[in-house]
Amino acid sequence: MELSVRQMSNFNYSTSFQNAVFPNPIFTASGCAGSGKELAQFFPLTEIGAVVTKSIMVKARSGRPTPRMAETPSGMLNSIGLQGPGIDQFLAEDIPFLQKAGARIIVSIAGESVDDYGSLARRLRGVPGLSALEVNISCPNVENRGQVFACDPIASRSVVEVVRRVLGGELPIIVKLSPDVTDIVSIANEVIAAGADGLALINTLLGMVIDIDTMRPKLGGKTGGLSGPAIRPVAVRAIYQVHQAFPKIPILGMGGIASGRDALELVFAGASGVSVGTATFGNPNAVLKVKDELANLLIERGFTNFKEAVGFAHRSADV
Amino acid sequence: MKINRRAQQRTVEIVSNKRVGAYHHMIFAVGDMALHALPGNFVAISVGGPGSAMVLRRAFAIYRTHDRGNYGGTLELVVAPHGQGSKWLTALPMHATVDMVGPLGTSFGIPTEPVNALLVGGGYGSAPLFGLAELLKDGGSRVDMVLGASSAGKIYAPLEGKRAVNSMTITTDDGSAGTKGQVVSVLAGLIERYDVDIIYSCGPMAMLAAIQDIATQTGIMHQCAVEEAMACGIGVCMTCVVPLRDETGLVKMSRSCIDGPVMDGASVLWNSSGKIPDGTFGAPNV
Ligand SMILES: Cc1cc2nc3c(=O)[nH]c(=O)nc-3n(C[C@H](O)[C@H](O)[C@H](O)COP(=O)(O)OP(=O)(O)OC[C@H]3O[C@@H](n4cnc5c(N)ncnc54)[C@H](O)[C@@H]3O)c2cc1C
Ligand SMILES: Cc1cc2nc3c(=O)[nH]c(=O)nc-3n(C[C@H](O)[C@H](O)[C@H](O)COP(=O)(O)O)c2cc1C
Ligand code: FES
Repeated sequence: MELSVRQMSNFNYSTSFQNAVFPNPIFTASGCAGSGKELAQFFPLTEIGAVVTKSIMVKARSGRPTPRMAETPSGMLNSIGLQGPGIDQFLAEDIPFLQKAGARIIVSIAGESVDDYGSLARRLRGVPGLSALEVNISCPNVENRGQVFACDPIASRSVVEVVRRVLGGELPIIVKLSPDVTDIVSIANEVIAAGADGLALINTLLGMVIDIDTMRPKLGGKTGGLSGPAIRPVAVRAIYQVHQAFPKIPILGMGGIASGRDALELVFAGASGVSVGTATFGNPNAVLKVKDELANLLIERGFTNFKEAVGFAHRSADV
Repeated sequence: MKINRRAQQRTVEIVSNKRVGAYHHMIFAVGDMALHALPGNFVAISVGGPGSAMVLRRAFAIYRTHDRGNYGGTLELVVAPHGQGSKWLTALPMHATVDMVGPLGTSFGIPTEPVNALLVGGGYGSAPLFGLAELLKDGGSRVDMVLGASSAGKIYAPLEGKRAVNSMTITTDDGSAGTKGQVVSVLAGLIERYDVDIIYSCGPMAMLAAIQDIATQTGIMHQCAVEEAMACGIGVCMTCVVPLRDETGLVKMSRSCIDGPVMDGASVLWNSSGKIPDGTFGAPNV
């Protein structure tokens, strides 16, 4: 398996999100790779395209009560509730580790208000060694009755405008969208207009499991985010629609990717990069496995350059 | 804290799978993974085979290990066929292979001086206690054991394990073996009789919480292996948290797969399933 990758040394696996260049397009997914330290036990972080950190917030956060997970058919629900140490400790501890490990770093940020996103961007501006910022807008906006930013075109736009203003042209901004909307293309349109360089699709879908023994919702947080192979067709559809509407905007795809063939679907739909999330829980080496398998599948299909495959499903049959 | 530095991912072969009462005693050929496992550590196994709809690993406490034998290093588990994943695992034939990550998590602390130790196991929670008993005995400690379960078939206590301890007490909820009642009902008597210095325990969370109450009342140290639902077992998902007080007194939602499963019972804020205790690091302001 590895042999064929080496034999094809002229295969160009690199990808880019605006001015950020990555040696390969397979990343971790936010919230699914711990602080990076844990996975470094299984493979060198330099092997993968980038580490996307868990979404960091201004202040420390305990997250939601347990139980925080329920396995579902080909997936899982989680209600972690963005547990994290807050930006200060994150910058003091997590970032230096990733820098030292030589990882390419995409920091994911999350806020409860538009101002939170601005403060986070201000703290991250100028931090050396960052490749890009992923802006997670699937969070409740406390200033608007807890309405999730990503479901509100105006709020989504305000968040991205603030981050863009603070960062200037320094770091590419990848905005992560929620599939729990009626028209994902119109939300994409708003955030692109506000200055997003790329989009990350998709975050988890809201779900619930009821424990038939206790006769109550199983999760401490009652609802949770659905991830894993069960949501892959939703990801393929969302990426296809958004790439069709904005073919020049790079997309970081995710949602149920566990193998090279899964990743290939997202790439053909229009993803310039692929994040692996839930699959890592089942297999600590999943990110590497997807990376090797995808390269082989592309080479088998005669591609010499990863970028040629991006959005291939949109080409008319006679091309 | 970091993930167990010895942890590795391996395809391992089943070299024995026998029904014992309500459980399956399973032996896996694991190579040098066996060398590094300590009592209290666990392994995480993927279940269901390729293409399975079960995407998460299942955690199992290590019952015991052997460095070398006919099959090289081996590792043993005691598995209760409960839901889909454990039923799949216990139904596997000899020579089938599974994907295992281990050893994971913390292990029981062994005192440097001989002590009087009481080991308390609920159901399959007895599994990691036999290896612990051996280590404690090797260090000159007195080891008494009490095992509880709902009925006789759910007590896991192999003969050689019984022989390795100074005394063995059994309790069952239905009275089908030993004393009728729960393990905690006999603890106070045993603590007094054997002048216990430290309790080690493994079993359901409610049992551990009740043991901690007794440990607090009697001022005895208590190390317990907790069992919180785990999605990854390797510290990357944050599902397995329990509120744990650190050395500075700060309560944090801590990962039981990395800061546990073995924890100091007095540092855990018990009975907090379904809530975040007030004052926890990062708790919502009230
Ligand atoms: C540290 C640790 C050690 C364990 N040691 C053993 C052992 O030695 N022997 C043994 O038989 N089992 C043990 N378990 C429980 C085991 O991991 C499985 O949860 C159990 O076998 C049920 O899985 P299932 O697929 O059969 O059931 P299902 O009900 O189908 O499981 C569905 C999901 O819920 C989770 N889950 C359900 N019940 C529990 C529970 N009580 N605790 C944690 N997660 C749960 C499962 O991991 C799984 O992801 C241990 C669990 C942990 C966390
Ligand atoms: C346990 C868990 C935690 C997550 N945490 C975050 C997070 O902090 N920020 C974020 O943007 N997405 C988070 N996600 C969503 C993932 O990054 C990803 O978008 C989603 O799970 C779909 O991909 P997957 O099916 O490969 O997991 C989380 C997902 C899971 C399962
Ligand atoms: S089980 Fe995933 S962090 Fe502990």
